[in-house]
Amino acid sequence: MWKIIKQVARSGIRTETQPKSSDALHVEAEHIQRRVLDILGRALTIREVDAGSCNGCELEINALSNPYYNLEGLGIKFVASPRHADMLLVTGPVSRNMEQALRHTFDATPSPKLVLAVGDCGCDGGVFGESYASCGRVSNIIAVDVVVPGCPPAPIEILRGILTAVRRIEPARTDKRLPATLA
Amino acid sequence: MQIPGLNLDLDRLPAALPIWHATVSLDAWLPAARGVAACGGRLVALWGSDAQSPGSQLPLLSEGLAVNVAYALESGLVWLALPLAGDAPTYPDLSEIFSPAARLQRATADLLGISAQGAADARPWLNHGAWPRDHFPLRQSVPAGEAFPDARQQDYAFVRVEGDGVHEIPVGPVHAGVIEPGHFRFSVVGEKVLRLEERLGYTHKGIEKRFTQLPPLDAHRLAGRVSGDSTVAYAWAYCMALESAAACDTSQRARWLRAILLERERVANHLGDLGALGNDAALTFALAQFSRLREDWQRLSNEQFGHRLLMDCVVPGGVARDLDPAGAARMSGQCDAVEREVRTMRAIYDEHAGLQDRFIATGRVTPELAAQLGLTGLAGRASGRHHDLRCDHPWPPYDILEVKMATHRHGDVAARVAVRFDEVLESLRLIRAMLVTLPAGQVRVDVQLPVRPALGAGWVEGWRGEVFVALELGGAPDGSPIRRCHCHDASWQNWPVIEHAVIGNIVPDFPLINKSFNLSYSGHDL
Repeated sequence: MWKIIKQVARSGIRTETQPKSSDALHVEAEHIQRRVLDILGRALTIREVDAGSCNGCELEINALSNPYYNLEGLGIKFVASPRHADMLLVTGPVSRNMEQALRHTFDATPSPKLVLAVGDCGCDGGVFGESYASCGRVSNIIAVDVVVPGCPPAPIEILRGILTAVRRIEPARTDKRLPATLA
Repeated sequence: MQIPGLNLDLDRLPAALPIWHATVSLDAWLPAARGVAACGGRLVALWGSDAQSPGSQLPLLSEGLAVNVAYALESGLVWLALPLAGDAPTYPDLSEIFSPAARLQRATADLLGISAQGAADARPWLNHGAWPRDHFPLRQSVPAGEAFPDARQQDYAFVRVEGDGVHEIPVGPVHAGVIEPGHFRFSVVGEKVLRLEERLGYTHKGIEKRFTQLPPLDAHRLAGRVSGDSTVAYAWAYCMALESAAACDTSQRARWLRAILLERERVANHLGDLGALGNDAALTFALAQFSRLREDWQRLSNEQFGHRLLMDCVVPGGVARDLDPAGAARMSGQCDAVEREVRTMRAIYDEHAGLQDRFIATGRVTPELAAQLGLTGLAGRASGRHHDLRCDHPWPPYDILEVKMATHRHGDVAARVAVRFDEVLESLRLIRAMLVTLPAGQVRVDVQLPVRPALGAGWVEGWRGEVFVALELGGAPDGSPIRRCHCHDASWQNWPVIEHAVIGNIVPDFPLINKSFNLSYSGHDL
């Protein structure tokens, strides 16, 4: 236990003091947290669906949970079921073998829901394209709100994509809160 | 080089590792397999090909359909091609001799309509119903664009376990974590697993057909995306195959840089896995520590080589980017820092009773079972299988580095953790040694594609296990197109072993056992 405490103390809080990370990154992170809370009034929950990726995008999505990006600290959480999710984060060209599973996951996610297609493959089929085994881009199968290109996109780009998607639902939510006379 | 008991006409391919090729006849197929098994050799890969190419002279390639097999022997790799006649040809089943052949044969039947005669399991494997059963996408006569959007998914005949109190738990293809898709069917009594049956193929996206549409000098990008976590290993194996077919040699400096990239990939993956394994045993502190180290590691990769996962760094003829002395110094310094932290974490892991309680005796694969099932790579080394290409056939620069192989005999989660710790430390040593001895010179040469049809092969020890690429080029005048490019991942061998490793364990230990193997879905499904 003593060794663990020592190691924790020695590592410090990297989310705050990480020297190589730019100030911009930190400001951006705070900004995202504020937006998520402002818009949703609670945490954002995400169900990740690998619809046929090479697993490169999954590595970078997992990196979002490391101390530098500290995704959960921003009020954003990956959940185990689409029924608990506000957002689907979909990677890969959609393989024909995953087409049905992706549709079922989309249908199981309660509305209103957001869909983020992550990576070049999710955006346009990427290097795999369309074929007997690949349906190509995610929007060929389900409605997509925001795309994040990159092969794979860096974690901070995925984080920006999440914020962009959240912003898109802002006007609708704001309208609902306004009194009818002002609407 | 010869397979015991046979007198084959073997051609040595011009590759950095000892690789031979021969075309065999039907009556040599089974004797070859038995000869390899008898001298302790192992099955590396099995795949089908279709070399129908009207009008061209093919000195090495067989016309028409063929089944190919790659065996690893003490003195190197032997690639045997068996040409087959007819439209629905068969060949003798190999799964009785080498159990990993079973799924490879099923995949070959789905993609090329070549089936193993006498195989016990003839269920489709990669074809979930996305294309008709009598349609074979990898045949040359099938246009690359042909698709069947109205095809419906077919049910799969899982093996049922009967008995009092037995129930099934279906998991996937969409998993609870941020991982790749696949289906696991558990038959359990209470919490105890009686049987696990895997169904894979969900990420099958037609990579091998796609290869035939790409110019050979660009296809390393596709190879680097067969399994994103092994991008360097695949890109290197592909480039080795291409350079072998083109009889082209890379510079000394390029070889060193490729090996530095490969070891960096190994360290990145092992750091990620060590953290995730701690996390799966509820030590979240470990995930925070190791994921921080991994992030530092990826950031320096990005800074020095232009990509966080090192994609597209290995290119035909060499590497895409050189390393300057300042970059080398930073990399060496980082190795020192990471080594200190990994040693601290190892001491914490070793002394943590709760962690060891979850690791020890969990998901055990005995050396006997490992040998019988053909377990390979990192997981194989944790079960007493002493194979590591960097030690068995040290190609430059490994020939002067004297890589120390990490092995263990317990075959449990704890052993696979121990092998990872040993390999991280060894890779850090190798990287520093290579940075010191990095030869001067250019980092990339031009690759002249062969005028005549040619074969090439690449064989690299990736972090998970061996990666093998078999390449057939068509030759001029049409730009020497890729006629066939087969990529093989060690996951093919190791996935079936997980079905055995979980027997008798409790369901909540499955994620831990699965993670301790950390196999690729994409690299397997292609």
